[in-house]
Amino acid sequence: MTNDKVPVAPGTTTYEDGPVRAFALAAVLWGVVGMAVGVFIAAQLAWPELGAGIPWLSYGRIRPLHTNAVIFAFGGCTLMATSYHVVQRTGQTRLFAPGLAWFHFWAWQAVIVGAAITLPLGITRGKEYAELEWPIGVLITIAWVAYAIVFFGTVGRRKIRHIYVANWFFGAFILAVALLHLVNGAVLPVSLWKSYSAYAGVQDAMVQWWYGHNAVGFFLTAGFLGMMYYYIPKQAERPVYSYRLSIVHFWALIFTYMWAGPHHLHYTALPDWAQSVGMLFSLVLLAPSWGGMINGIMTLSGAWHKLRDDPILKFLIVSLSFYGMSTFEGPMMSIKTVNALSHYTDWTVGHVHSGALGWVGLISMGSLYHLIPRMFGRTEMYSRRAIELHFWIATLGIVLYIAAMWIAGVMQGLMWRAVNPDGTLVYTFVESVKATWPFYVARLLGGLLYLAGMLVMAWNVVKTMQAGRPQQVRIPQVLAHA
Amino acid sequence: MDILYLLIPFSVVVVLLIVAVFGWAVNSGQLDGFENEAERILLDEDQAA
Repeated sequence: MTNDKVPVAPGTTTYEDGPVRAFALAAVLWGVVGMAVGVFIAAQLAWPELGAGIPWLSYGRIRPLHTNAVIFAFGGCTLMATSYHVVQRTGQTRLFAPGLAWFHFWAWQAVIVGAAITLPLGITRGKEYAELEWPIGVLITIAWVAYAIVFFGTVGRRKIRHIYVANWFFGAFILAVALLHLVNGAVLPVSLWKSYSAYAGVQDAMVQWWYGHNAVGFFLTAGFLGMMYYYIPKQAERPVYSYRLSIVHFWALIFTYMWAGPHHLHYTALPDWAQSVGMLFSLVLLAPSWGGMINGIMTLSGAWHKLRDDPILKFLIVSLSFYGMSTFEGPMMSIKTVNALSHYTDWTVGHVHSGALGWVGLISMGSLYHLIPRMFGRTEMYSRRAIELHFWIATLGIVLYIAAMWIAGVMQGLMWRAVNPDGTLVYTFVESVKATWPFYVARLLGGLLYLAGMLVMAWNVVKTMQAGRPQQVRIPQVLAHA
Repeated sequence: MDILYLLIPFSVVVVLLIVAVFGWAVNSGQLDGFENEAERILLDEDQAA
């Protein structure tokens, strides 16, 4: 790895891939950890005795460990690795301030370790996907500022004047997450590990779900779309289907996502007109989302045959079909009458995981499979068959997971609203819990398959590291005028 | 719903910033003639130094 104390002239001859490599490997590690915790909590829902009453293994404390690990540790490290890789390659310039990028890496790992310690201890703000208490929140802010400086600094000293579309998505993700974190993280600390939200009641709920849905839209969607727009063309060796569409897609998406948050608060104390705005914009969001999906999938136009033999392309393209599915399902569930059935049921969990396992997971895996060999001087992973195996296990796991949750969710919604002719409820709540049990087991199976796939990936990554070695990569001469 | 006194002006500021960035993109030629930009990323393969 390059000694960052050696003064380097701007646009010097090699890329700085040290942080890229580090984030990519960390992503695989945290993917295994986060999914393992997910499997554990899924098992707990079916067998609550698991955890033996130990407080730091209790479901309430461990569930946010799962969500934080898969979103911010696995998802976060994947985004950081790929954004640092893409911004250098598309700008044909070296990373700005490599020392700061390394600081970013270690600060982010500290955030993750901090979460792994504090959450099982029961230290939590109680805000979904924003549970980490204020000292870690401060560390996140510091790490994020470093990230933004390195990323935008690299964009600033690019050799290619046109900023490739993927970087717009990454840039929007970085800026939006900064905004979301600061607003939803506004607290009054009362001790080192305890703070109170600056907001209260339904106002706090509104801020929380403005944050929550934009976290989905910018962290889990815009960022990964940036990944998609680089790694699909690279792996398919074909340009994006319509570059013009990709730009329109970007601007339409970032504008619309900001307003969809209220769909989490249908039939709550949030004013009805705010709920309607959320519903409307969620429906509008279908269009830009599908524009992006079509653009990505159609990139294979004229090269569909590659899907047959290339398992990495399978990951990348199938991820887009799950993306399309989730971005159709989401708007449907944002409709108030549909939401009246689905809210608080496992259908929501099914929806989340079709997006998380199907879109975010598979696009991450495909991108990492493309990136990691190149971080070790190779063009292919150690075992192509292992990638193929991973793909099929993962896809099977996803389908099992979401089918179980769809059935469970609709069943729960129908049971909860069933009334007798005299107006009394037909079912007690616990009857719906009992009826859900087999679906909890089926979902556990789906999650186990998905975790197994991730373990296959981890094995393949280790073998690839052993077979290759990190290399300095020369920055090519700019071929045409920028 | 007092939080709206914060969220709405905030969102308006964000929209204005987005419009400003879009304006910069148009003025600095980011959106003129990107015929070759989609292919450009395919032209390089990592070469060892």
